[in-house]
Amino acid sequence: MSKQETSQMSAPLPPQAIASGHEGNLRDQISAYGSRLKNGEMGALPAVGALAVLTGLFAALSPFFLTKLNIANLFVQAAELTTLAVALVFVILLAEIDLSAGVTAGVAMDIFYLTVKAGLPWQAAIVVALVFGAAVGALLGYFVAKIGVPSFVVTLSFFLAFQGLALVLLGDGGLFRVDIPEIKAIMNESLPTWGGWVLLVVMVGLSAGLGFWDRARRAKQGLVNRPISILAIKLATITILGGGTIFFLNLNRSQNALKPIEGVPIVIPFVLALLFVGNFFLDRTRFGRHLYAVGGNPEAARRAGIKVGAIRIAAFMITSTLAVVSGLFHVSRIGVVEASAGRSIVLSGVAAAVVGGVSLFGGRGKLIHAAIGAMVISMIDNGLGLLGLSAGISFLVTGSVLALAATIDALSRKRSGSSVLRS
Amino acid sequence: MAEPVIELKNITKSFGPVDVLKGVDLKAYAGKVTALVGDNGAGKSTLIKGLSGVQPYDGGTVHFEGQEVNIHDPRQASALGIEVVYQDLALCENLDIVQNMFLGREETSNGTLSEPTMELEATQALQSLSVRTVKSVRQKVSSLSGGQRQTVAIARSVLRNAKLVILDEPTAALGVAQTEQVLNLVRRLADSGVAVIIISHNLVDVFKVCDDIAVLYLGRMVAQIETKKTNQTDVVGYITGTKTYEGSK
Ligand SMILES: Nc1ncnc2c1ncn2[C@@H]1O[C@H](COP(=O)(O)OP(=O)(O)OP(=O)(O)O)[C@@H](O)[C@H]1O
Ligand SMILES: [Mg+2]
Repeated sequence: MSKQETSQMSAPLPPQAIASGHEGNLRDQISAYGSRLKNGEMGALPAVGALAVLTGLFAALSPFFLTKLNIANLFVQAAELTTLAVALVFVILLAEIDLSAGVTAGVAMDIFYLTVKAGLPWQAAIVVALVFGAAVGALLGYFVAKIGVPSFVVTLSFFLAFQGLALVLLGDGGLFRVDIPEIKAIMNESLPTWGGWVLLVVMVGLSAGLGFWDRARRAKQGLVNRPISILAIKLATITILGGGTIFFLNLNRSQNALKPIEGVPIVIPFVLALLFVGNFFLDRTRFGRHLYAVGGNPEAARRAGIKVGAIRIAAFMITSTLAVVSGLFHVSRIGVVEASAGRSIVLSGVAAAVVGGVSLFGGRGKLIHAAIGAMVISMIDNGLGLLGLSAGISFLVTGSVLALAATIDALSRKRSGSSVLRS
Repeated sequence: MAEPVIELKNITKSFGPVDVLKGVDLKAYAGKVTALVGDNGAGKSTLIKGLSGVQPYDGGTVHFEGQEVNIHDPRQASALGIEVVYQDLALCENLDIVQNMFLGREETSNGTLSEPTMELEATQALQSLSVRTVKSVRQKVSSLSGGQRQTVAIARSVLRNAKLVILDEPTAALGVAQTEQVLNLVRRLADSGVAVIIISHNLVDVFKVCDDIAVLYLGRMVAQIETKKTNQTDVVGYITGTKTYEGSK
């Protein structure tokens, strides 16, 4: 072909619309979602399926499973694990790991206890614990980002060292009561029933506000919006699921007729706020975008001018700090600080994130995935416990579920990679 | 002839005792595609790395739009309007086309990402290049073919209002149809007024789209000729050193 022909072909063509994925009616949108699933972008779907199956299974096997008291317990148990799993997502998105998150939380709560004992108000002690968490994260991030130690190794060494530090701080076999009503209330008290409904209104209001704001901004630029029915379905789902749960939790679940227990456990709005704010940062700010970019391709991120090292350090800081929050929930629930705190829960946290659909290869996953995964793991624990099966069985099942989730992760990664060859 | 967008004079670069560039001259003009050809190890990539700021030259002068400039880091190069599309492209597969095109330069208002604005501008950049191979700007890059990825990388330079775009072997990994598409894209990029330098080992491609051919041989620029005044046999001769260019510049 001569040069003449080429320049002829390159004569300006009439501008042609390039789609944005927002086009079409509800049916087109659903079929587009279907083909994304086929391409391996399954997100939290397997975990949601697992939740449905587990609920059905345990409800059939144990008459106690769907009782008001147990459901409330399940939410409270899951809150602690959800917070830790959400914390871990920030480093897992970078294809890193933090094995020390649990013991960092443990030591932070030991420091919290000692600070209170030294006479400071508990509010100040919480700040001290959170600052400790952030500092540990900064140190971990420095080792990983600036020195180049693999995160597995540096966090493993912190995992070991902090078990020792906890023993040093609390003494051998140390176990101390934490008697602060405000702290205890987080996991053991509930909102007044009207508080639950306020929570629902806030949740639906925020979702609707963001949804309509996004649509308005797209419309302002002359861009197509998805059919409004999608937003309506989303809001209806939140209203029905949230409303149903709140209604259920607002029923009296006490076995003691004189002392009613009702309402949404206080920890729930904390966890929801964490999910909302975290999700906002990941989806709607440059920091979040850069975090995903570094997780997907650090070299591309570097060439795009992103400060990769700073992003890594920030991610480790967020993980450690949020881990301390989960440690606080733990102390609130059990009412004591102990030297062995945080050793085993970190692995459940990683499992929760992965089961929920956060990729260990980095760059893929959302906070809500970790929350759903945490619910799955908590439900297995809770359900098998009700059936009177030993902790051993629970570990076996959780381990198998994790292996299954990691397999799905690896396969879907392969699949979305190979689509290059297919097209 | 019009003033070149970029003019290199007497550029030298050594790595220890090895002189890789021994006084190289090169000009690239707005609206023209200049091919940079030469055998393996001739110094093409080294010449480009000096322009992109990743590996500054030892000696010689660089004029950008008539002004003498001293480029010693990549940010400076991109501030001037020089964009390099590397062979490995450097895209994030987990992000979509818009997100990749704006990576590191996201537009925000009140601290939150202005997704609609970015989507619109990315779409316009692709349309300005008459890109028809991309279905949706919100596709993940992992789902794109090699040619589509190259397209995204090139369109990114349009978005940044580049005045000089350098492409390092853009078609090396592509099949016939996709090579054709990318070459057309390169042509349209130049037609929109950008100066393009394209490194290629494929002379058929070079003769298809380039206006000018610059030949590096062992660290010296042995020829810079208009494509229509030469032919493949001669260019092969210059590249391998079996022929010397005698024509006037
Ligand atoms: N950082 C370096 N240190 C030492 N020598 C180098 C370095 N970079 C390049 N060289 C040498 O400079 C010469 C030119 O290399 P360059 O990569 O510029 O060649 P090229 O024309 O791009 O070749 P190719 O077509 O194979 O890409 C080679 O001999 C190479 O070994
Ligand atoms: Mg090279």
